[in-house]
Amino acid sequence: MTNYILRRLGYSLISLLLLSLTIFLFVRVTGDPSTLLVEPGASAADIEAIRQRFGLDQPIWVQYASFLTSLVTGDFGNSFYYRTPVLELYLERLPNSLLLAAAAMAFSLLIGIPSGILAAVRLGGFWDRAGKVFALLGLSLPSFWVGLVLILVFSVSLGWLPSSGSGTVWHLLMPAFALGWYFAAAHMRLTRSSMLEVLGSEYIKLARLKGLPESLVIAKHAFKNALIPVLTLAGINLVIMINVAVVVETVFAWPGIGRLLYEGITFRDFPVVQAVVLLGGAMIVVVNLLIDILYAVIDPRIRLEK
Amino acid sequence: MAIGTEAIPLAPRVSLRLGAFPVLPTLILCSIALIAVFAELLAPHNPELGALGMRFRPPAWSAGGSADHLLGTDHLGRDVLSRLIFGARVSMVVGFTAVIVAGAVGTLLGIVSGYLGGWVDQVIMRLTDTWLALPALTFAIFLTAIVGPSEMNIIIILGLVYWTRYARVIRGEVLSLKEREFVRLAVVAGCSKWTIMRRHILPNVVNSAIVLGTLMLGVVIVTEAALSFLGVGVPPPKPAWGLMLADGKKGLMVGYWWLTVFPGACIMLMVLSANLLGDWLRVKLDPQLSQL
Amino acid sequence: MGAEPLLKIEDLSTHYVSAQGRRVVRAVDGVSLSIKARETLGIVGESGSGKSTLALSILRLLPPSAHIVGGSLRFEGEELLQKSDAEMRRLRGRRIAMILQDPMTSLNPLFTVGDQVAEPIRVHERASRASAWQRALELLKAVRIASPSTRLRQFPHELSGGMRQRIVGAIGLSCEPRLLIADEPTTSLDLTIQAQYLALLRELQQAHGLALIFITHNLGIVAKMCDQLAVMYAGRVIEAGPVRQIFAAPVHPYTEALLNSIPQMGVGRRRLTAIEGQPPDLAAPAPGCAFAPRCAKVIERCHSMAPPQVGLGDGRVVRCWQAPANTAAERLPSGAA
Repeated sequence: MTNYILRRLGYSLISLLLLSLTIFLFVRVTGDPSTLLVEPGASAADIEAIRQRFGLDQPIWVQYASFLTSLVTGDFGNSFYYRTPVLELYLERLPNSLLLAAAAMAFSLLIGIPSGILAAVRLGGFWDRAGKVFALLGLSLPSFWVGLVLILVFSVSLGWLPSSGSGTVWHLLMPAFALGWYFAAAHMRLTRSSMLEVLGSEYIKLARLKGLPESLVIAKHAFKNALIPVLTLAGINLVIMINVAVVVETVFAWPGIGRLLYEGITFRDFPVVQAVVLLGGAMIVVVNLLIDILYAVIDPRIRLEK
Repeated sequence: MAIGTEAIPLAPRVSLRLGAFPVLPTLILCSIALIAVFAELLAPHNPELGALGMRFRPPAWSAGGSADHLLGTDHLGRDVLSRLIFGARVSMVVGFTAVIVAGAVGTLLGIVSGYLGGWVDQVIMRLTDTWLALPALTFAIFLTAIVGPSEMNIIIILGLVYWTRYARVIRGEVLSLKEREFVRLAVVAGCSKWTIMRRHILPNVVNSAIVLGTLMLGVVIVTEAALSFLGVGVPPPKPAWGLMLADGKKGLMVGYWWLTVFPGACIMLMVLSANLLGDWLRVKLDPQLSQL
Repeated sequence: MGAEPLLKIEDLSTHYVSAQGRRVVRAVDGVSLSIKARETLGIVGESGSGKSTLALSILRLLPPSAHIVGGSLRFEGEELLQKSDAEMRRLRGRRIAMILQDPMTSLNPLFTVGDQVAEPIRVHERASRASAWQRALELLKAVRIASPSTRLRQFPHELSGGMRQRIVGAIGLSCEPRLLIADEPTTSLDLTIQAQYLALLRELQQAHGLALIFITHNLGIVAKMCDQLAVMYAGRVIEAGPVRQIFAAPVHPYTEALLNSIPQMGVGRRRLTAIEGQPPDLAAPAPGCAFAPRCAKVIERCHSMAPPQVGLGDGRVVRCWQAPANTAAERLPSGAA
């Protein structure tokens, strides 16, 4: 197992390296990066100073080396707008995004899993058809539109919920719903197909042959087995949610990293934009690694591999 | 003595509910395409010019609305219906072109990577993995920050962001195709690698590419709308639907609902139709792809 | 023999109906069989002959597309086709049990062996966890599993195929059923394990006084294990009766061909005889005898009329126009005999 983990670790490191290289190259490739790395409205002298500072006349690999070093030491530059280190800003906002993502994930699982199970168990019935419609809508409605419509209904018309900001549970409800909606549909779909597969297996047949009540067959024998792929997907989706939340956070002015990104592009605050991309990608690589390691620990076949 | 005993289901009947050809979605997509092409003829007003005296008019059936502006006007007095019609053009052009670009690049690299194998494969696969690790929307935003938004740029950016989805799948197909008889025969017959890739492999993966394309269309359109909403999409005054949503937010808190509901409904219709068509195509053309 | 049969199947028919209702597959077509307590009945046939569907029909555990469309199933004197779902569930696992073919997939990978063996005991007899586990332990011993207390706590993937199949057997026996249906229980096992498993089944049958229905395509197993034999073809029983008699003198050409196709060693160099042709399409049955296209002794009548089931005395029945009872007198076909 250690071999496996080491190999996965190696792959992840390479991915992270390639990630930084990709971002780095993109910035350099578009002609004159100095326009990006300066604040908007800088003078020619400022641009020259930046050019010196970042060594933009140096050979490309030297530039990359210094880029990489600064990343590794946690120096993502300073925000033009806030004038503080970007990493600080990012870490400050991250918990908010995590909170939103967790709430959205909870919502998506609470809706997605039971409806998926119902659809599979009552195949072709009302729940199955309703589920299909739900899945279609979920996957076709853009999350930010859902958010906007929610505001229209619940904030403007009914006046029940606050339309922006954070702080209380009421602030969390609509953004979590808007963000989780798409994933609820995805999780429902997966639960349904996973459940169908499980229900067709031999051990379920045997469970029924034992004369067990149908509720026990479903709740005990089928449920756990069907849930495995869904939870795996959910783990990956959690990280995806954090990154995709940029529009929802913008709609609701939720102070997470999505909103930070929005501010970055609105204020032309390039260090912020670059950092969000880098850290977003890095997060996904790390989470994938963790999930693979988790599998290694759980699955005995991998555990016993030399 | 027909006793139709109701037996407890032993195994669920997974019906391949193929269903009829999705008439409505295809009709919708074609209509949107036609509207996009004939926008000049169909739109009652100029989408980019607004009369400041006519700002925030509600749709014709509400109080204060007029038949002149069926779906109301926006914050600059521009006709919503006309903007929606021209917006269709933006969505269609950007959506389709981006999908084709991503498809072409992705299929090409997928074929090369899958067939040639070796270090070429490794390099392309590592690249794909890295690319895939970057969340699509964030990456797209990043790229617009670098090159600046314009219609052409957006198309290229979307193509760059999404080619990896194709590469992965096509490569998988090529790997299994490689082992098939007719490919082996061609190798034995002495065809060059490029000929084989072009004449034998390519036609066989086109199906998957098309199916993927329809599925990607919905995703691309939503991403484009998101980019426009955030202000980094197709630049104004071109009326992208996402941009209309962003503008609509200005009137949201005061209850000017038509500025939000209509553009979003258009996006939804287009994506929904593309998804339905894609689902049907997927089952029809290649049941193996139902794993996607 | 005046004993009332434990299970009496009369003219049972089970059809699969496709989604659009246009294709009807007659998987079981007018089957009549019976089995007495402590008896072993072997059901033999090719794939698609309807043997598994027959087994599932007895337990009324069919997929949604299958329907029992006619006949009678009497178990211990009670008509099963009139029982409610709840009543059937009480029967399953408790009075009638079934063993499935593939030990690798029959057990739930996420639950311990002990849990799965104790489960039917807890459900049917409302036993406490402790007593059910104690019973499970004894069951594992009865199926000859070494270190049973350790095994109880293990998961299925930690056991070999042979062991898993024994567990499946233990599960089948857990509530002391009267009838055990074994659907090709040894087909997926290694040859060396097969003999052991069969011996175990025999032993358990004697010890518990079970009736055993053994479904297989292997005539060798039938010879070793079974008292009675029923040969199925295209959803019908074409010959049935005591094993010894059928083996000694098969009446139906299909049975004869089956017996001839068993490779025999050391009896001179005989050619392997195979049965020509393909099994019939059960969705579009021909009007006559289903075996007619492949039969070596076919006559004109075989193509136009399906032969009825006729008794040959001594509990033997056969469906064939060439049977002595049919050729001896001019019989007009009537319904099932």
